[in-house]
Amino acid sequence: MRISVLGIYAILYLIFLYAPIVLLPIFAFNDATIIAFPLTGFTTGWFAELATNTALHGAVRNSLFIALMSAVIATGLGTMAARAGATGEFPFKRGIIGFIMLPLVLPEIIIAVALLVILVQILGMNLSNWTVIGAHVLICTPFSIAILNGAFQNLDPSMEEAALDLGETRLSAFRLVTLPLVMPGIISSLLISFTISLDEFIIAFFLTGSNPTMPVYIWGLLRFPASLPVIMALGTILVTLSIILLTIAEYFRRRGNARAGIKDTGGFL
Amino acid sequence: MAWGSNLDSDARRGLMLVSPPLVYAVLLLALPLAAIVLFSFWSQDFVTVNTTFTLNNYQRIWNEPIYGLLLQRSLFVSGAVTLVTVVLAFPVAYYISFHVDPKRKSLWLFLITIPFWTSYLIRVFLWKVILGYNGVINSGLLSAGVIDEPLTFILYNINAVIITLAHAFAPFAVLPIFVALEKIDRSLLEASQDLGEGKVMTFFRVTLPQAMPGVAAALVIVSIPTVGDYVTPELMGGAGGKLIANMIQTQFLQLNNAPLGAAIALVAMAAVVTAILVIYAQGKLLIAVYSELNGTRPVFDIFILCVTMLFLQVLVAAALLRTLGGTLGSGVAFFVGLVLYSIAILLLLKNRRR
Repeated sequence: MRISVLGIYAILYLIFLYAPIVLLPIFAFNDATIIAFPLTGFTTGWFAELATNTALHGAVRNSLFIALMSAVIATGLGTMAARAGATGEFPFKRGIIGFIMLPLVLPEIIIAVALLVILVQILGMNLSNWTVIGAHVLICTPFSIAILNGAFQNLDPSMEEAALDLGETRLSAFRLVTLPLVMPGIISSLLISFTISLDEFIIAFFLTGSNPTMPVYIWGLLRFPASLPVIMALGTILVTLSIILLTIAEYFRRRGNARAGIKDTGGFL
Repeated sequence: MAWGSNLDSDARRGLMLVSPPLVYAVLLLALPLAAIVLFSFWSQDFVTVNTTFTLNNYQRIWNEPIYGLLLQRSLFVSGAVTLVTVVLAFPVAYYISFHVDPKRKSLWLFLITIPFWTSYLIRVFLWKVILGYNGVINSGLLSAGVIDEPLTFILYNINAVIITLAHAFAPFAVLPIFVALEKIDRSLLEASQDLGEGKVMTFFRVTLPQAMPGVAAALVIVSIPTVGDYVTPELMGGAGGKLIANMIQTQFLQLNNAPLGAAIALVAMAAVVTAILVIYAQGKLLIAVYSELNGTRPVFDIFILCVTMLFLQVLVAAALLRTLGGTLGSGVAFFVGLVLYSIAILLLLKNRRR
């Protein structure tokens, strides 16, 4: 393979992108409490400390619950919007879809303060996991739509029509014909939404109740230098987990494209 | 629905399908946004909110220099991050679209998006480790003998904030530009070269104009969210690197002055949208001038003229940012000046045509 200037630049760019992540495991296994070079020695103690930290376990449980609910609801809403976008014209189609996609370009802090004002100051509700879920569904739905758009738009409508002609109802035709075809997209959307919600901090910090989510808990730890190596260990686990989830998501997205019989054009955004 | 009968069954089904996500967005997005608009005209009386209409919050933002300063800094950081991100990302998007084997394109995109999906807080913190006093860069340069004492200009200031944000938003710039580049009909490039243009001119006259929608999308997707981030300035910015989002967060969560916080949030949104519209209009202006003159003079002359105009625009924008630091009023004055400048150029173009 001929290596061009552009190719070298692209590789340097990748190194820039991965530089912080590569450091994570290095410091997670380093036995100094200060996160700096030179390294002092190897330890797995920070991981052991993770296992005994009950406050962290609570935060992780909260985050997993929020991420799961957000992923399921956002993917449900995203499926409906993407399917509506793929079926014919209806009034204000562009406006409506554009409005639903709006959180993609809205600063997260605006969403956070807007929801805080209406939920707490006006409706007088208490903050809880569900207030975070409400906001996370809002920001995950656009991603879900973006992923599923591909799946629905490349679907051959004659397949579902054939099922209708053969006597299936709309619902059962969707379940038996369309759903299996877009299933890879749905799984991919679930995984991506789950990852977004699990990692989201800016909104969660405003809307979290008495039980912090994992990023909010990490934010609290960042103030204490002694807890930093533990964060590195936690980060290592999280990064490994996200890479596994994303690889599975990518696998399903590609399989979905293959099933719809289209050329793979890469990213889902 | 009375008018529902006018729609065909497909349209009705589409509306029915889209209504749950639409209702959700109205309830959790449109209503809350309306609520903060309302809230910004109220005031805080210690623990209760006074619901009599007042412009006090906006007057404070207008008069007190701190808000103008923070807004100026936020717009500057947002602009710098956007510029750095897009300039760094373009060659990568170009490389993936034009030089990578089609089978491996999605692998490249996957590699570029992965870092974006890993814990944001930890990623920001790790930049502290890289840029810090005993950080990777300093200890590396020290042991290599390049420097004698650690560099201090790369942590706890605006530079650190810009580097970290440019890293965080990298995929948001690469992906839209890549999509735009992928759409370019490759035969146009061949046609251009067959007609005698060199590789460089083909890039500037065929590839770049067609990549512009992607660049524009990248500008919007990067610049707006950067204004709303308070994590990076909080962790990386030090005392002099706080941004408007930190102020919003402080008003809401520490000073407990939600109405003022709501007003600041709205002003910040309005400022960034205005800035984007200005850039968009100036870009259009540049393109209008270019296409008006295209063919009348040597390409090189037009190129020089456009670069000069671009330089002038950047100068005006920089001046606008500087004055914004005084009070918001002078910022608005400069904005009006910029609009007048644009109108003057458009009138000149019109006269030429006659």
